[in-house]
Amino acid sequence: MSLVVEDLRIDIRGRTVVDGVSFTVPDGARVGLIGESGSGKSLTALAILGLLPDGATATGSVRWNGREILGLPDRELAALRGDDIGMVFQEPRTALNPLRTVGRQIGESVRIHEGVSRREALRRAVAEAARVALPDPERIVARYPHQLSGGQRQRVAIAMALACRPRLLIADEPTTALDVTIQAGVLALLKSLVQDAGMSLVFITHDLAVLAQVATSAVVLEHGRVVEEGEVAALLRAPSSPVTRALLQDATATLWHPETGVREAGTPADAPGMHASAVDDADGDAAGADDAAPREEAP
Amino acid sequence: MSTLKRLWSLGTGRFGILIVVLVVAVALVSLVWTPFDPASVDARARWLGPSWPHVLGTDNNGRDIASLLMAGARTTIVVAVGAGVVATVLGLALAAFGALTTRWVREGVAVLVDILIAFPVLIIAMMISAVWGGSLAVVVWSVGIGFGVNIARVTRPELRRVLHSDFVLAGRASGLNTWQNLTRHLLPNVAPVFIVQLSWGMAVAVLAEAGLSYLGFGAPVTQPSWGVLLSDLQKYIAVHPLTVVWPGLAITLTVLGLNLLGDALREAADPTLGERTTAARTHVPGVVA
Repeated sequence: MSLVVEDLRIDIRGRTVVDGVSFTVPDGARVGLIGESGSGKSLTALAILGLLPDGATATGSVRWNGREILGLPDRELAALRGDDIGMVFQEPRTALNPLRTVGRQIGESVRIHEGVSRREALRRAVAEAARVALPDPERIVARYPHQLSGGQRQRVAIAMALACRPRLLIADEPTTALDVTIQAGVLALLKSLVQDAGMSLVFITHDLAVLAQVATSAVVLEHGRVVEEGEVAALLRAPSSPVTRALLQDATATLWHPETGVREAGTPADAPGMHASAVDDADGDAAGADDAAPREEAP
Repeated sequence: MSTLKRLWSLGTGRFGILIVVLVVAVALVSLVWTPFDPASVDARARWLGPSWPHVLGTDNNGRDIASLLMAGARTTIVVAVGAGVVATVLGLALAAFGALTTRWVREGVAVLVDILIAFPVLIIAMMISAVWGGSLAVVVWSVGIGFGVNIARVTRPELRRVLHSDFVLAGRASGLNTWQNLTRHLLPNVAPVFIVQLSWGMAVAVLAEAGLSYLGFGAPVTQPSWGVLLSDLQKYIAVHPLTVVWPGLAITLTVLGLNLLGDALREAADPTLGERTTAARTHVPGVVA
């Protein structure tokens, strides 16, 4: 059950955004894709599942378990998605349908792939909610996304991705939009779930400090090309490329706040505005959700 | 289930439901029983005021107004539901083609909708009746087409917006095919916008039936209809003003009920609005204005 990406190239309206990316995720491995904003790491992940936006084309090779899945018709890919390969997205506020209860969304892929009844899907959803350590799973499945805090919603998204016990999980910056205090808990959960199930993990991030906590090896991307790859420990000890060194600097700079000694959010690497505001929003959001849902996030 | 409960807990929703149920009930009863035969002319009983046994009085031909209104409710329902169905099918189909297909088809549909929206319902009705003659079907089709285009115009960008939202991508990532994504994620999320448009369209259909019947494009004079009754009686408004009030009231209440019901449906379908109490709401239904 290995994933082999070979010479992947993605063009968006004539512009090459990912150029010749190759990496391998052996069974049970946890591989990080790391790079700054716009380095093509998210597009690479979307290309694996055939979810590229309109106007983007991917060439090269993506083999899942020896089978070429790049360019498969959507119908065949849909059978893989959620069942063999699950995905967690960056923004938990928008990744859940506001009009459907949490339970129905967690049970959705089970209903599709295993064709079980609505009641059975709900029963499975309760079990999955408990597995991702959501409080009071019996009752939380009847709630709507807006009644949950940011961290709870990301746990729901993880439960959705894992409900069918996929062999590979792709996590696209799953903690970036979360409160710093909540990040650690979600990361630990993700790691333990992946480890316990013997799943493979592709973890996308711009934060080397986060990567070091979950991944064993890493692929560093810059402008759509692989600039460095290897064991995470080796990258941390002896980064060879300027990008990795810069990322390492960011990570150490933010790992400990000079005065308080507390880890801080918002890395300079991510300067193009987007994510700083996402972090702010997540804070405000979690605070706003307080009245509706008790703020629980014990790591 | 909970949507219905929320709908009932809203004052506007309750009013809308009651009105719609009342009209439907009256129409059903009129199939088996009306106080008088709505078609029977009685020269000795012309222009009676509200009295027993003519509760709402009689018209210029001595027909019982209450019976005419009851039978006319059937026409109203046929027109409102018919136009609603035509508008829904046409509107959603155009919106789906305009949002989900390849770029050139999308642009083409958008231009087509922009052109069609320039035609008022009345013009469409005249064009249709010029070919097939005046009938209720003309009303149904012209209002249905007119509002179908409106629905497409409003729903298409909404569909595009939802299509690009993360939860649709997440849905695809968990293995939903296009159809499943459409029914589970896309349509429910455009429903609020669509419902308001639809209820408005159905209300306009009721009005248009009255207006088009008056102009001769709608129901034949022999068919009991609120619009025909209103246009018959308004000729005598200076002499017998009270008789005009009854069909006018029936039309007004039905239109108001449909509008309020649509607005309440939109509100009830949104769980994020569900927790606020009715008393705390200062929301004014925008469509009625």
